[in-house]
Amino acid sequence: MIETHDLSKQFHDFWAVDGLNLSVQAGQILALLGQNGAGKTTTIRMLTALLTPTRGSARVAGYDVTKNGRDVRASIGVLTEQHDLYMRMSAHEYLDFFGQVYGLNSTQRKTRRNQLLEYFGLAEAAHRRIGEYSKGMRQKLALARAMIHDPGVLLLDEPTSAMDPESARLVRDEIERLKSSKRTLALCSHNLTEVEALADQIAIIFRGKILRSGTLQELKQDVLGAPQYEILFAREWDSSGLELPQGVELISRAASSLKIRVAEPQNMNPIIVDRLTQQSAPLMAFQEEPRSLEQVYLKVMTEAKGYANVH
Amino acid sequence: MFTSLKPVFVVAGRELKDQFRDWRVIAPMTILVLCFPLLANEFARRSVKFISQYGGDLIIDRLVPFSLLIIGFFPITVSLVVALESFVGEKERGTIEPILNSPLADWQIYFGKLLVGVATPLVASYLSFGIYLLLVIRQDLTLPTPLVFFQLVLLTSAHAFLMVSAAIVISVQSTSVKAANLLASFIVIPTAILLEGEASLLFWGNEYILWWAILGVVITALLLIRLGLAHFQREYLLGREIDALNLRWMWRTFWQNFRGGANSIGEWYRISVGAALRKIFPSALVLIGVGALTILATYSWVALNGPKLLDTASPAEVEKITADLLATPDLRAIRERVNAPYLFMNNTRAMVVIFLVGMVSLSVLGVMAYMLNISLIGGLFGAAQVLGLPAWKLFLGGVLPHGIFELPAFLIGCAAVLYCGASFVTPQVGRSFGETTVQVFAEWCKLFIGVIVPLMALAAVIEAYATPYILTALMGTR
Repeated sequence: MIETHDLSKQFHDFWAVDGLNLSVQAGQILALLGQNGAGKTTTIRMLTALLTPTRGSARVAGYDVTKNGRDVRASIGVLTEQHDLYMRMSAHEYLDFFGQVYGLNSTQRKTRRNQLLEYFGLAEAAHRRIGEYSKGMRQKLALARAMIHDPGVLLLDEPTSAMDPESARLVRDEIERLKSSKRTLALCSHNLTEVEALADQIAIIFRGKILRSGTLQELKQDVLGAPQYEILFAREWDSSGLELPQGVELISRAASSLKIRVAEPQNMNPIIVDRLTQQSAPLMAFQEEPRSLEQVYLKVMTEAKGYANVH
Repeated sequence: MFTSLKPVFVVAGRELKDQFRDWRVIAPMTILVLCFPLLANEFARRSVKFISQYGGDLIIDRLVPFSLLIIGFFPITVSLVVALESFVGEKERGTIEPILNSPLADWQIYFGKLLVGVATPLVASYLSFGIYLLLVIRQDLTLPTPLVFFQLVLLTSAHAFLMVSAAIVISVQSTSVKAANLLASFIVIPTAILLEGEASLLFWGNEYILWWAILGVVITALLLIRLGLAHFQREYLLGREIDALNLRWMWRTFWQNFRGGANSIGEWYRISVGAALRKIFPSALVLIGVGALTILATYSWVALNGPKLLDTASPAEVEKITADLLATPDLRAIRERVNAPYLFMNNTRAMVVIFLVGMVSLSVLGVMAYMLNISLIGGLFGAAQVLGLPAWKLFLGGVLPHGIFELPAFLIGCAAVLYCGASFVTPQVGRSFGETTVQVFAEWCKLFIGVIVPLMALAAVIEAYATPYILTALMGTR
């Protein structure tokens, strides 16, 4: 698991990370979102005990990052933002080297290495020099390296950025598998669709501070307000007689449709459906208006930048 | 023990593999190893032919050891590039972070790189030695004695450790390969000068002094390794600093440390200089101990060997030495040639030089300069005893009057150098190498300006205008 309390890092006069509070349990995925330079990489480096926090504390895999740096590093797997590899080595040698660095014996190394090379589709190219690999292959190898010792916590910076859709899917599946096997994952990504699909918790960082955090639903509710629903009728139907329960706001009304905003959909939606049925409405569909993480993110960023410009 | 050493070999193994796959390292090394012994052999052969016409047997005898010294040195300079880019190269290529993210301890990563950095040039040097010796055996050239050959092997190994450990320090501290390569001249040039000194010792034929040279190089190499380890910070290796000389930051850091929060000169002496004196106190104690041992050693050596030397000297020579030692100063001549400003400039300049050589050698040469100066006292007492002269009178009249100020100033100056060297080789948590350098320089400046300069000024005035009179009064007038 990952726990941080007031985690902060100052470089000279600049606070790269300022007062981060995070809690990610085993079997959860945290996504850190933010612009380049927002403090995501600095956060990851503090969590890997590479940078010493200026203020606050963090525990990763049960170890304090300032007191037990080596234990932290032994328990985590990291895919760094800049994942250049040793170009004159083969993938086989590369994974074997890191297996040794993480203290695996030869049998463990062989098993793990072959598993990962096979999974990521690199087995055929395993004995070729890494310098000959494509960008996507290198990224898959870097990810395999992060997983060589089967760590309990994985910190992944842009895990699918250079990959083709097929490979990206492969990596997402692996992340899902890791999650289901109770690993703790933190990932930094600009791919919001991917984050939407994977993350249990999302933290949006701006200039070292968390602006918003929570589950996707919480963020949508918090940033974009109550969800909107569209009710479609099979034919034109006069809905003026429909009495909407308290807490439901009418947004628009058309001949064969209605748009409403519902504060507590889990309570209110059944009541609305019940009333429509009672009035014999030709109900065809009752659907939530799609709202993406991108909308949430852009709104948060626009507000933050506006606020930052004013102040 | 082996478990914790294993990762060192893992890191070293990877580095070695990487090197042997890089023709840019292998090609020049192979050419040097194979060609340089042939060139050196041809040079030695022609030199012997030339010198033997004039009967320079000693030079001929020493040509082979000298060639060996040079042959051993060249592969080290070429393969220095491997050590120079060991950390900064990986940083520039972006391959360093996965290693830093691993559970390896700092020293394991450091020694893994150091091992390869040292092993590669050493293997090349030893191979060159072998090839050259084979060529020498086939000709009518004098082979070095086993002792000299052993010294040469040790000296070459010490050079490799010295240069590679310095290169790794540079590699850890640099922010680009370009900067590291530029800084390499600070390794190659001083080592080349050192090599010249060692070569003259070889031609002199004094193996005893050569041992001291080996010891000095080994100590400096060990201190450099310690320095590199002390300032190996994962955080710094990941920094994004660029190679810019931040003069404003340097001045601000220096001034803050120099001033030490004081608002007046009195406060500066009380707070800042006082704190600096307290900081160098342990170093001063060490130097007092070293000084006492040095005096005792030189006194004993002179007292033991002096009579033997006197036995070999003619009565006229003994008489001349005695007369020279007993000769009281010619005050008129002293006043003409030696005055207070001259003495002051001479002594303060000596302190600056001791500081500079001390900084270059992580205080080793500074301490050696201290020992050399302090040994004169022991030598004086020893010589006086051998010749049956009043040593205490000479000391009380000729040294003590100005020595009351000069000796403490000298001790403080040398203790400050030792403190600076110790600060470099001690881990400074949360401080970069640059910060440490500026801070220790500020400490030295404080002591130099606040204590050494005033004491040296007082000592110079006394030495120029009082000591000659006191010595004359004690030893008799001229």
